[in-house]
Amino acid sequence: MKRFGRFRTSVASIALLWGMTSAAMAVDLEFYFPVAVGGKAADTIKELTDEYAAANPGVNIDAVYAGSYGDTVTKALTASRGGKPPQLSVILSVDMFTLIDEEVIMPFDDLVETDEDKAWLQSFYPAFMENSQTGGKTYGIPFQRSTPVLYWNKEAFAEAGLDPDTPPSTWEETIEMGKKLVKKDGDGNVTRWGVRIPSSGFPYWLFQGLTTQNDVILANSDGNQTNFADPKVAEALQYLVDLSTKHEVMAPGIIEWGATPKAFFEGQTAMMWTSTGNLTNVRNNAPFDFGVGLLPGNVRRGAPTGGGNFYIFSDSSDEQKKAAFDFVKWISQPAQSAKWTIATGYVAPRPDTWETAEMKAYTDDFAPALVARDQLEFAVAELSTYQNQRVTAVFNDALAAAITGSKSVEDALAEAQKQADAILKEYR
Amino acid sequence: MMHRREWIYGWLFLSPALLFLFTFTHYPAVKTIVSSFFSTPRGKRPAKFIGIENYQALIQDEVFWKVLTNNFWFAVGTIPISVGLALLMALWVNSKLKGTTLSRIAFFAPTVLPLIAVANIWLFFYTPGFGLIDQFRSGLFGLPAINLLGNPDTVLAAMIVVAIWKEAGFFMIFYLAALQSIPPVLKEAADVEGASNFYYLRKILFPLLMPTTLFVSINAVINSFRLVDHIFVMTEGGPDNASSLLLYYIYETAFKYWQTGYAATLTVVMLILLSVLAIGQFFLFDRKVHYQ
Amino acid sequence: MSSGKYRLPGFDTVLNSFAMWLLAFLWALPLLYAIWTAFHPAAYETNFVWNAPLTLDNFKSAWSAAPFARYFFNTVLLVTMILICQFILCTLAAFAFARFRFPGRGILFALVLLQLLVMPDILIVENYKTIRSLGLVDTIVAIGLPYIASGFGIFLLRQTFMSIPKELDEAARVEGASFLGLLWKVYIPLAKPTYLAYGLVSVSHHWNNFLWPLIITNSVETRPVTVGLSVFAAIDAGIEWSVINAATLMTSGPLLIAFLLFQRQFVQSFMRAGIR
Repeated sequence: MKRFGRFRTSVASIALLWGMTSAAMAVDLEFYFPVAVGGKAADTIKELTDEYAAANPGVNIDAVYAGSYGDTVTKALTASRGGKPPQLSVILSVDMFTLIDEEVIMPFDDLVETDEDKAWLQSFYPAFMENSQTGGKTYGIPFQRSTPVLYWNKEAFAEAGLDPDTPPSTWEETIEMGKKLVKKDGDGNVTRWGVRIPSSGFPYWLFQGLTTQNDVILANSDGNQTNFADPKVAEALQYLVDLSTKHEVMAPGIIEWGATPKAFFEGQTAMMWTSTGNLTNVRNNAPFDFGVGLLPGNVRRGAPTGGGNFYIFSDSSDEQKKAAFDFVKWISQPAQSAKWTIATGYVAPRPDTWETAEMKAYTDDFAPALVARDQLEFAVAELSTYQNQRVTAVFNDALAAAITGSKSVEDALAEAQKQADAILKEYR
Repeated sequence: MMHRREWIYGWLFLSPALLFLFTFTHYPAVKTIVSSFFSTPRGKRPAKFIGIENYQALIQDEVFWKVLTNNFWFAVGTIPISVGLALLMALWVNSKLKGTTLSRIAFFAPTVLPLIAVANIWLFFYTPGFGLIDQFRSGLFGLPAINLLGNPDTVLAAMIVVAIWKEAGFFMIFYLAALQSIPPVLKEAADVEGASNFYYLRKILFPLLMPTTLFVSINAVINSFRLVDHIFVMTEGGPDNASSLLLYYIYETAFKYWQTGYAATLTVVMLILLSVLAIGQFFLFDRKVHYQ
Repeated sequence: MSSGKYRLPGFDTVLNSFAMWLLAFLWALPLLYAIWTAFHPAAYETNFVWNAPLTLDNFKSAWSAAPFARYFFNTVLLVTMILICQFILCTLAAFAFARFRFPGRGILFALVLLQLLVMPDILIVENYKTIRSLGLVDTIVAIGLPYIASGFGIFLLRQTFMSIPKELDEAARVEGASFLGLLWKVYIPLAKPTYLAYGLVSVSHHWNNFLWPLIITNSVETRPVTVGLSVFAAIDAGIEWSVINAATLMTSGPLLIAFLLFQRQFVQSFMRAGIR
């Protein structure tokens, strides 16, 4: 591949570029982004791209709000098949294999030139990079990333005679404390559950917290082998099922993700597991004092990561690729990354962002934001394989079947593994 | 001479509509059947002919059978009840009871509200603990929380209720129009002859409403395959596909899993089912319909 | 219309009234709940007390959180476009079926009726490919295209046109009117109730249609209200009923009010159109 100098840095190179691409005055980049949190996310993206464009007159960035994550990947794939891909898009980290399979993205390694670039690729939390690399190459740069954490109602803890500042740190403690936190009315009906681990829609994500804590990984890093039938996975699933059926500290059946924060605010549950993306929501709406902590551990602490990465699309001109690369590098710098994290509540993906003055001021004011960072040390890649949507659907169905009692834990997982094997066969 | 002109005009007037009909109905229907024998193209690998492989996969696909069964129960649950309720609503609203105007508004409102938005409201109604149904159950009867959407045994019934709510008021309009066009002398004559009200309903009114019933129930059958919007918001087909319907599964297969070849196969099943049902319904009702 | 009313048979009037009110109340509940949550702070989403404070904040935050004005505009544009195209195409086709004799008429009419069954709604996969090959993905036109030749519309208008006495056209023909003139001066005016009734069905269907627009659109500039609402509601941070319901009321309000005001006329147009 031909390599040009870093054209952005000098007027001379822009002039040179002029000569080479006589048709266009500046490099045009199309950039798709999804919005998965309420509030100011879209506005902040626009602000950041405007700021970049102002500093780099040779580059025009058209930031397109593409809807949900699902919409964005669909739009990007559709546009690519139609021969007009964006140069840049934020898409779920778990869609990496799908994008590779569709042959639409390229590794960042191909655009790395200087030592500074190489250092930049190494500057992110390893937990986030697990979902961004395969076969020794880096395809995604973490941007809007999250991780699930434990939220607890301090008033409920005090009422149940527990220390309001100490959440459960193990599976056992979750059960013990949960039993104390369960409250019943005169008719013997539960009015407050101990804990709530939502299981609707995408149960695999929070369940991955449990598997990680049980020290088992669900899929290999090549994305072509799953490990659903491992006894440790079964043990984790049995624990989740037992929370409702045996220990009765969690409501039975499938628990709705979307209604979970509301249930927490209403005092229907004393603890909940949900995304760090909910921090701002809980902060604004919980009518009681609450705490945020690491997910409890078992064999070890653990949680999955989640959220979206930057991808560069391969079907673009070399100038566009370079400009896209440069933009991603810029927006992931501590100053920009801090601004983004503070505006949205996403977890800043590199350690030096947390050292900036802005982030320090933010976390001093709102300490729970640090929990996510502290958990990264224990975090692993979100379940991601080739044919990701199908494989996770198979796994989700198995989890739902076990949770609702229509299949035994072992049967459900064995069947899921069989189906996943059938799907992934062609990628081995 | 006249004949020749009619030919030309006939074809001329028809051609714009036919162009679009063929492009978006007949061509894709035939193409679906063709695609169902091909694999899914991926990246730069084109689709290739694989014979009946997709159909073999279909027969072994447990989710497909589950979804098909769900769709059967969904149809059985929604069609008779929504048509029956529509008739009842129309009879009420067309009667001399007090409050018919407000009732008509209430019955008709669901038709205008997008299901995708109202599904969020139903989600709240069904939420265990603090949802409306549970507030009602525990407030009045002291009953425990019930997780209607989170239990594979109840989720489909809960979805059927939403579909009935959405559809009945729309069908009511058709019955109302039919009722209002029935000459009042028929009722007067029946009264003079001393016929009971029940007799009048069964022997005079229902037969006269038969064409409407045919029309409405064909619509209800089609809707029982088409109405999937609420699934997106309320359950995404879960738990374990207990609330998924055929069209939703087609959507997932084509636009989430990108298995377009297999999605075509599923669509072929849908086409066959719809044809069989419509033809069957037509013959079943045809003997009983008394056109005015 | 009072002469058309009759007493309900068999049952006690009181019982019937009560049953009707109960059913009407149940039917209105979702709408009532939407109104309740939209005008009260989020804390009262699940808590129904008479003295809950009123607020318009939910409307404000919905309005600022998503481009609903744009979505609304897209939907209005879409529905209008579909309706106009449907009227034109269906009128021409229905007239041809009703008044011209030409070879292939029977088969073509059967093919038209086939669409009553095989709706574009279920042919999403192939229609998506067609739209993609036309290069129209993510356009408002693409949302409407599969629907503008409506088998239902053609069928309905043909029935109406057939019921118009032939003497009327002959009179007009004697005066030298062309086929189009005849259609414009005689047929369309006489079929007004059918247009109104069909318009109601079409508008309410396309206003609420979700699956196809979800698939074919993916940007703010093309998304109709239904897809906009679903994107807006599907966020990581749980469901905010008060804001979602405010958005729902905002976007369905105009249609709801229009339909409530004109519902009597709609029923009558259905009656006269012979859809019953």
